[in-house]
Amino acid sequence: MKYRMAAALLSLVGVFVSSYLYLYKIGKIGTMACGTGGCEAVQTSEWARFLGIEVSLLGLVGYLGLFLVALAGLQPPLVARRGVALLLVAMSGLGVAFAIYLTVLEVFVIHAICRWCVGSAVIVSLVLVASLLDLRWATASKSVAGAPNPS
Amino acid sequence: MAAEGTGMKTFYIVIGVVAVAGAAVLWWMTKRSTSVEIPIDVVIQASDTAGFSGYYMGSRDALVEVSEYGDYQCPACQSFTVVQFPTIQSRLVDAGLVRWRFRDFPLDQIHPHARMAAHAAACADDQGRFWEAHEAIFLGQTEWSRQRKAAGTFRGYMERLGLDLAEYDACMGDTRYAGRIEASHQEGIRLGINSTPSFVMNGRRYDTRGMTYDFLRALTDSLQQVAAAGE
Repeated sequence: MKYRMAAALLSLVGVFVSSYLYLYKIGKIGTMACGTGGCEAVQTSEWARFLGIEVSLLGLVGYLGLFLVALAGLQPPLVARRGVALLLVAMSGLGVAFAIYLTVLEVFVIHAICRWCVGSAVIVSLVLVASLLDLRWATASKSVAGAPNPS
Repeated sequence: MAAEGTGMKTFYIVIGVVAVAGAAVLWWMTKRSTSVEIPIDVVIQASDTAGFSGYYMGSRDALVEVSEYGDYQCPACQSFTVVQFPTIQSRLVDAGLVRWRFRDFPLDQIHPHARMAAHAAACADDQGRFWEAHEAIFLGQTEWSRQRKAAGTFRGYMERLGLDLAEYDACMGDTRYAGRIEASHQEGIRLGINSTPSFVMNGRRYDTRGMTYDFLRALTDSLQQVAAAGE
């Protein structure tokens, strides 16, 4: 259960990171707090949109989905359900794959690194790790619950 | 069971704290003033215009010189720059037949970001990248026009062009070219410019319907014929 809690907490942090990037993209922030990084170069590039949708908005929706699934999965009827753990692994796995794709673009195509995007990639990777551990825990719990009673 | 209940309570408290803190930081980020303001009511100094009469493209020996008075937030200017100008540039300017001069004419009342866009391009000119910045700003017009704070987007274009951002930030921060932009604007007013884009050639004003590739081609062709006949 603690892994699912960690996944929920990390996803919530991800919601705020992606919200920051999205607010910049729609012009509510002004210049970004990025130090010497290439945040604005990445965010104003053609790659900041995927299938016509802002990447930061996709991130926001994804993190929000992860957060809600993890939070729902902590409620008593669902806490031991392996399906919730599987869903979290699938969603965060998709997020990690997308983060890898975006990082490759940053390094090899845009030639600029957005620190907030790197931060988001780290967060979603940690969510995946927490989800995998949660899946292992849920699988083990199910095995124990389903084992024949020795008495 | 009691320990589990306490753990959940602690978890919800942590979630609540993170949610409130995150929302507060985002709210502060949107409220803090990071956008550069380019003053309109600036007093034009002699140094603002010394040695500067516009942004030029093309040969000094060209047959004709066209002055364009443009506003970066004006859709018609964007359309001209993106659709019509590339042909004029490749076939006439690059061929040495036409010299192009760009002058800022921001229409502040209807285009709140126009002056900042002009200033961003002026700062790019400091690093010898005016025309690339000019094109990038126009190409992104539909994106930054909708924004409340566009400074970050302009900075992104400059970052992608490979400008020295410390130098660019310093230029934007001290609004170095506010006087130059206003001088250009005043020049346009003196010439009777009241819409953008407007073009001036040999003292005569043209709009986009008049200033076309075909018109310039015909003009330069006839000037070349006159020159050839005179030889």
